Amino acid sequence: MSWTNHLPALVVAVPLFGAFGAPLVSKAGRIPRNVWFILIAVLTALFSLLLWQHVNATGTAVYVMGGSAWNLPLPSGMQLPVRILLEVDSFGALMALIGSICTLAGALFSLQFMEKFTGLDKYVALYLLLTAGMQGMVLTGDLFNLFVFIEIASVASFGLVAFWRDRPEAVEAGFKYMLISTVGVMFILFAIAFLYGRYNVVNMGAIGANLQYGLPEKVALIFLVVALAMKCGSVPMHMWTPDAYAEAPAAVTCLLVAVSQASLYALFRVCFSIYGMSLGSSAVAWAIIVLGCLSMFIGVTMAVIQKEIKRLMAYHSVSQVGYMLLGLGVGLLALGNPQEMSDYGMTAIKGGLFHLLNYTMYKPLLFLCAGALFYAAKSRNLNDLGGLAKKMPYTTVLFVLAAAAIAGLPPFNGYVSKLLIYESSFAVHPILPVVAMVTSMLTLASFVKVFQTAFLGPEKEVFSSVREVPQSMLLGMGLLALVILGLTFFPSWSLDHFITPAAEALVDKASYVGAVLGGGF
Amino acid sequence: MIGNLPYVIVGLLFVYGLFAVIFERNLVKIAVGVSVVEAAANLMLIVYGYRSGGNIPVFTLGGEGGSFVLPTPQALTLTAIVISLATSALMLSMIMVLYRHYGTLDVREIRRLRG
Repeated sequence: MSWTNHLPALVVAVPLFGAFGAPLVSKAGRIPRNVWFILIAVLTALFSLLLWQHVNATGTAVYVMGGSAWNLPLPSGMQLPVRILLEVDSFGALMALIGSICTLAGALFSLQFMEKFTGLDKYVALYLLLTAGMQGMVLTGDLFNLFVFIEIASVASFGLVAFWRDRPEAVEAGFKYMLISTVGVMFILFAIAFLYGRYNVVNMGAIGANLQYGLPEKVALIFLVVALAMKCGSVPMHMWTPDAYAEAPAAVTCLLVAVSQASLYALFRVCFSIYGMSLGSSAVAWAIIVLGCLSMFIGVTMAVIQKEIKRLMAYHSVSQVGYMLLGLGVGLLALGNPQEMSDYGMTAIKGGLFHLLNYTMYKPLLFLCAGALFYAAKSRNLNDLGGLAKKMPYTTVLFVLAAAAIAGLPPFNGYVSKLLIYESSFAVHPILPVVAMVTSMLTLASFVKVFQTAFLGPEKEVFSSVREVPQSMLLGMGLLALVILGLTFFPSWSLDHFITPAAEALVDKASYVGAVLGGGF
Repeated sequence: MIGNLPYVIVGLLFVYGLFAVIFERNLVKIAVGVSVVEAAANLMLIVYGYRSGGNIPVFTLGGEGGSFVLPTPQALTLTAIVISLATSALMLSMIMVLYRHYGTLDVREIRRLRG
């Protein structure tokens, strides 16, 4: 048994170990703490990359915690999948890879960014705990573990959002997020209880294999969709997003974006791998499409009027989540019909997943740029900022890159994924791509506004002493920019190697179930 | 009918807790509401695992004959209780910090973030 079989566990265990080791290592001083922080982040990214390669080469990986087989044969010969499982298909592995890149970028950025604050041992511990929770969410094969990892990620993010606890706004944002999230996650626990009461298992594959689409399943589905849509920041439960994203330190916001995408992953895992065909052309698919359109439009219209730079970007993340919901909702609508699936369903799913990948690269970069502005100019208010392009050339270039990507200007990567979503959603109803395009234009408009007010214009007297941010911060931003450029220059290569295996794994419920149960049960 | 009573109680507790979270104005009462919702979820899991006349699910201590109650929901509930302990503690400490900053526990006055 080669060591690569243990990769799924390592991707979760390394940041978890790092989190609890961080306060101890911090006793030794600043340098060991920073080395530890970066080491754990790099190791997580490395293991995620290896896991992604491993899964794409050998197929879905199933890892049983503390046992060699998934089942527990009883003396009567009956078998139940009772063990704690990690199940990683291409989609999960891709999410783990995306998440770990964001973790690494945020970690590099926060070395200098957080330098002048106290309590950094707790900061590092919570940051790595958030990473562990996020990786657990995308790798688990078990509904109850999903709940546990969501709670781990949530509790860590409450602490991090309120990290600047001398700012009343930060504590208020943290408390608001906590209240909404805690109640929301209890809905997930209720849904798990409903499914457990019907099937006596909490394993996703086993539930998916036996699913009879009756009333308790519908109730459970509604609870799961509502709670997970809340966690990924979709309208109408988006009110925590602008507060939490704007008040958290920038490096944390970078990771929070990735964590919200892990919730989106869980939403689609539930819809496609547990419920699957029984949802085809149902009200649920339409509900997801409508949520997506509302998120896009409401998010972007709220963003246009904002004056604070991080709050503006946070409203944009509400609207960007709408694109993913639209793409995957269209895919879900076509799921039951092979003809529609090959006509536009698969394109929609690929577009949604590619947009997810793009979004998780350029949105953190935008938040890091906002953090860099805050670090250098000590202000987040667009009315105060101005004329910083000459003072901060690298940040300006990185910001333009990310803004062009989010606005979907050709040839940037955002354009490719938006185009896939436009052309596939057109087949369902012409109004859907219209909403998406209007959103895209308003996105461009508001980022032109940010660029013009913050970077262009005459140099202001108050900012005469502003200098470019330190190298380690630029390194974190550069890492994300490098990925964006790669996705921009090689869109077909990325589609073939990253997105298509993930989309096929997501749609193929039989192989997800079969990987755990092996045709048994 | 009487067998369904636990589920009715779970439903009532859940609605009661949710009502408190949405309509109460005092932060501490809201935190209590969240705890009630959590208790309802835990109770629901335990009720699902109960088999009437069942023994404790430990093989060596289970006693003679009969059936076990299901151990899995109990394990799930224990985990959920630990998690809700952590969130309650964090929530109360955040309420404390909020009180220091704003000098009030009234949610209508703690709203600097808007728009």
